[in-house]
Amino acid sequence: MLSYVSKRLLSSLVLLALVTTLTFAMVFGGADNVAQNILGDNATDQQIADLETKLGIDRPLYEQYGTWVAKAVRGDLGMSWTMGESVSKILSGRLPVTLSMVVLAIVIIGVVSALLGIAAAVRGGWADRVIQLISVVGFSLPNFWLGLILVVVFALNLRWLPATGYTDFTTSPTGWLASLALPVGALVLSGIASASQQVRGAMIDALRQDYVRTLRAGGIKPSSVLFRHALRNAMPAALTVLSLQFIGLLGGAAIIERVFAIPGLGSITVQAALSGDIPILMGVVVTMIILVVIVNIAIDLTNAWVNPKVRL
Amino acid sequence: MSAATPAPAPAASSRESIALSVLTNPLGLIAAILLVLVIATAVFAPLIAPFAPGDLQIFKINAPPGDGYLLGGDGSGRDIFSRLVYGARNTLIGALIALSVAAAIGVTAGLFAGYFGGRREVVMSWIADGLMALPALIVLLAFYQSLGSSIQVSMVIFGIMLSPGFYRLTRNLVNGVKHELYVDAARVSGLSDMRIIARHILLVIRAPVIIQTSIVAGISIVIQAGLEFLGLGDPSVPTWGGMLQDAFANMFVVPTAILWPGLAISITVASFVLLANAIRDRLQQGNRTAPASKMPKVVAKPVGAAPTDNDLLLDIRELVVGYPGKTGWTEVVKGVSLQLRKGEVLGLVGESGSGKTQTAFSVLGLLSTGGRILSGSIWFDGRDIANLPEDEMQKLRGKRIAYVPQEPMSNLDPAFRIGFQLTEPMMTVLGISRSEAKARALKLLAKVGMPDPMRTYKAYPHQISGGMAQRVLIARAISCSPDLLIADEPTTALDVTVQAEVLELLRDLQAEMGMSVILVTHNFGVVADICHRVSVMKDGKVVETADVRTLFADPQHDYTKMLLGAVLDDVTPRTYRPRMLKEVSA
Amino acid sequence: MSDDVIVQCIDVNTKFGALHVLKNVNLTVRPGETVGLVGESGSGKTTLGRAILGIGPVSSGRILFEGHDIAGVAPRDRKGNAASIQAVFQDPYTSLNPSMTIEDILVEPIVARRQASLEEARARVRTLLDQVNLPSDAAYRYPREFSGGQRQRVAIARALALSPHLIVCDEPVSALDLSTQQRVLDLFVEIQERTGVAYLFVSHDLSVVRHISHRVAVMRGGEIVEFGDCDQVTAHPQHDYTKRLLLAAPVADPVRQADRRAALRALNTGA
Repeated sequence: MLSYVSKRLLSSLVLLALVTTLTFAMVFGGADNVAQNILGDNATDQQIADLETKLGIDRPLYEQYGTWVAKAVRGDLGMSWTMGESVSKILSGRLPVTLSMVVLAIVIIGVVSALLGIAAAVRGGWADRVIQLISVVGFSLPNFWLGLILVVVFALNLRWLPATGYTDFTTSPTGWLASLALPVGALVLSGIASASQQVRGAMIDALRQDYVRTLRAGGIKPSSVLFRHALRNAMPAALTVLSLQFIGLLGGAAIIERVFAIPGLGSITVQAALSGDIPILMGVVVTMIILVVIVNIAIDLTNAWVNPKVRL
Repeated sequence: MSAATPAPAPAASSRESIALSVLTNPLGLIAAILLVLVIATAVFAPLIAPFAPGDLQIFKINAPPGDGYLLGGDGSGRDIFSRLVYGARNTLIGALIALSVAAAIGVTAGLFAGYFGGRREVVMSWIADGLMALPALIVLLAFYQSLGSSIQVSMVIFGIMLSPGFYRLTRNLVNGVKHELYVDAARVSGLSDMRIIARHILLVIRAPVIIQTSIVAGISIVIQAGLEFLGLGDPSVPTWGGMLQDAFANMFVVPTAILWPGLAISITVASFVLLANAIRDRLQQGNRTAPASKMPKVVAKPVGAAPTDNDLLLDIRELVVGYPGKTGWTEVVKGVSLQLRKGEVLGLVGESGSGKTQTAFSVLGLLSTGGRILSGSIWFDGRDIANLPEDEMQKLRGKRIAYVPQEPMSNLDPAFRIGFQLTEPMMTVLGISRSEAKARALKLLAKVGMPDPMRTYKAYPHQISGGMAQRVLIARAISCSPDLLIADEPTTALDVTVQAEVLELLRDLQAEMGMSVILVTHNFGVVADICHRVSVMKDGKVVETADVRTLFADPQHDYTKMLLGAVLDDVTPRTYRPRMLKEVSA
Repeated sequence: MSDDVIVQCIDVNTKFGALHVLKNVNLTVRPGETVGLVGESGSGKTTLGRAILGIGPVSSGRILFEGHDIAGVAPRDRKGNAASIQAVFQDPYTSLNPSMTIEDILVEPIVARRQASLEEARARVRTLLDQVNLPSDAAYRYPREFSGGQRQRVAIARALALSPHLIVCDEPVSALDLSTQQRVLDLFVEIQERTGVAYLFVSHDLSVVRHISHRVAVMRGGEIVEFGDCDQVTAHPQHDYTKRLLLAAPVADPVRQADRRAALRALNTGA
């Protein structure tokens, strides 16, 4: 297992290096008039040149990259160009916000999809129809539009929940939940749409296996056949879906945070993209990849525990 | 965002027009009509829209519907309806770009990786995994400054990021097909790899790729709208996402304005998804029958009274088993009567489709989904179990009636150790403690001939051989000392030398425990080896039942005679007469 | 190289990684002859068949077909009569492409080898179907419309399309019912007597092999343990493993089977 984890980490490092290099080349290579953007149209050529020197973007690309990498491996992602703070500080303040939203969403997606998917696989009937409906609706409604509608209905008309903003969990747990209710609601629908279908499919596959009949023939209780044997065999497929969902949610959070004015990683990414704050963008890309790598390794390890044939 | 929806292998013939049959599905038809409408709107936008998308009328800022503006004015005083119409064009172009890039890269890479495998596949799969690990929207945001505000360039990048979905789908389909024997046959026939891909492989992956395309089209539209909503599009180009951005800015003034572009997106995407579903339904139609719940209810009435002969363990009378067919029940067992005495081994022999396995499964109460006992009785130890409620039946299974399956490997749960799978039924059925169950399990493993019981106990199913797995299944079946053992082709999947050992084991166990056995088989050699009596089945009926020696020495029914005549045991080997090939082929 | 040998395997070895699947296999097939290749799962019998067909790897050794070495040469690169070596596989359900008509399936090898134009090849389909006792209207139907035995006849017709001198048959009757099995075997014999084609007949079933073969090779663990005339190998085997294999297969006669059982037990405990 140790060798698996180290192999996986190595492969992730290669991925991280490739993606950051590519991103660096793309964003820095394409950043022609960063200083102009930052200073505004009234800036003089001298001011622009001064700022370019200060930011270091007048140097050759490979030189900038070398500097960036040398600092990044020490955990220093540089200074933001527009916010006057270090990237690490900005991101570490915002990461918990996005994470709490995404984790809450993934838990809801997991639980609801598991319940719906299992019910549909075992009983068919109403659960099957609910899943079919959700799969079409969930796919078709863009999560940000759903978010807007939720705001209009629950915040503007009914005034049940706050329209925007974020309350920290440590400040007020109920306030935290209230501030996340609408954004998470908007995020989970499409996730449930695809995950519940996958759970249903995986469960139907598992229940079709020969050993299920043989277990029943051996007098094993139906609940044990279902939850101990079939569910365990369906788990790897379901968990893999959740890991893809997690990646999707990280992207989805960018838009949803914008709609609900939540100060998370997503909204700062949008802000940085519009203002050309490249150090922030690089920082976000690095953070996201590390998050995804951690989640994927965790899910692989769980799968290995569930499925003894996978040797790590 | 994931597009990894599992697609079914096409069951139907590809020559039949899938397109036509999709249109006969009501939802498919609606989806197709909506899509045609959206596409027509996009193509003929200038003819449909009353205003140019950029026309401003200052007094119409956030105006309500009416006065020439069908759906009102937006935050800059432009006609919402006209912008929706033009937005269709730009939205579809963007989706088409992403789709073409994704499909072209993904399908090509998938075909080559799947077909040729090896190092190429490893590298391509690594790249695909890497791409899938990136949150697409974040990457597009990060690239925004260098890509500029052209949404179409972004959609090219998005297409690349979506290509792993196509890649994985195609590769998995190709991997499933390339070891099919007909591909081997094509190779032997001298077809080049390219011809094999074109003739045999594309045919199979076509339909699932179309389904995937439809779904990815939907995803592209949503993501594109998301980018525009965030303000990453070109503000001078009317798009649905851009309109949502404008409506969002004015949400507190005119909340209804967020409705129209959102509806346009949702309806278009829903049409794509429904179309995909309609195609999938069409492909799966071949293997679907009427659900059992829609079939008329049946309750088989007991035939006659309980048998009075105490020596008779099982008395099946006029058993009829059916499955839901296209027009009512399809009978697979048509009035079977069988008797089994205590301590007797009955062979149930016949060719495929004779109903022998279905007869055995009805005794266990484990017919496949939809199957029902339509009439007849199964008297087991004085009780008719043909229509016993499931919870009553469950108490009999394992404890009094046990089962040994055909395929040893697939009948052990791969996720649990052998030990757990042996002790679980004993603890459930006999209510004994874990430690007692373990002690018994180890004894059983020794009894069925495991050289190192403890090692087997701790092993996972994939760590033992097929012959050993079958011994484990036999150990499990006899663990609760059943009165009746139902063995369904227990040696068919085994090598002939292993078969001999397993038959030997079954014979010893049967003699020692005195249980009755129903042995389902197609092999007359197995029957001759182990059975006391034999029933020959054909087309759901028993044509002949006799003592084993009588049956082989003096078969009565023509069908039995024909079957025994087809046995190849005592043929005279052929003699080789060398001939010149040329002479023959001339 | 004598004239009366069509295929000669000389010290053929195949390794899959560390797995040594074929170990110095030597085998000959004469023109118009059936050589039965019998063994249990993992014995390497299928691997040998695939090596001769050119769709399986050969690590070392030679496979001479009418004097030319074809070891490791892919089917499409084979020349002359070696290009016409054909196969009949075990599972008639997966050996025919479900979305092609019988005609398309039968025409494919002819067109692939450029033996005839598409029109000429189509004209030949009727004769081929006739040879395997299938009606000529079968040409326009799909494999799913046929039973297992009929599909196997289609597979045989496809193998005959190129008038081969050798057909490798990999368990061609194992998936068939007893009564169908016999009819298909009879068809194999009839075709051989009419056309003089040679068969390498791979099977796990000694009784099938005995029925159709002139000579029999017994494989175990990648090696040929016994090779000789059919009657010699299947009635008076020399090697212990062949004896066990022979006695382990139960015969359809309770009285004789009891004797054989005793004999097998004696052999096992004696060994």
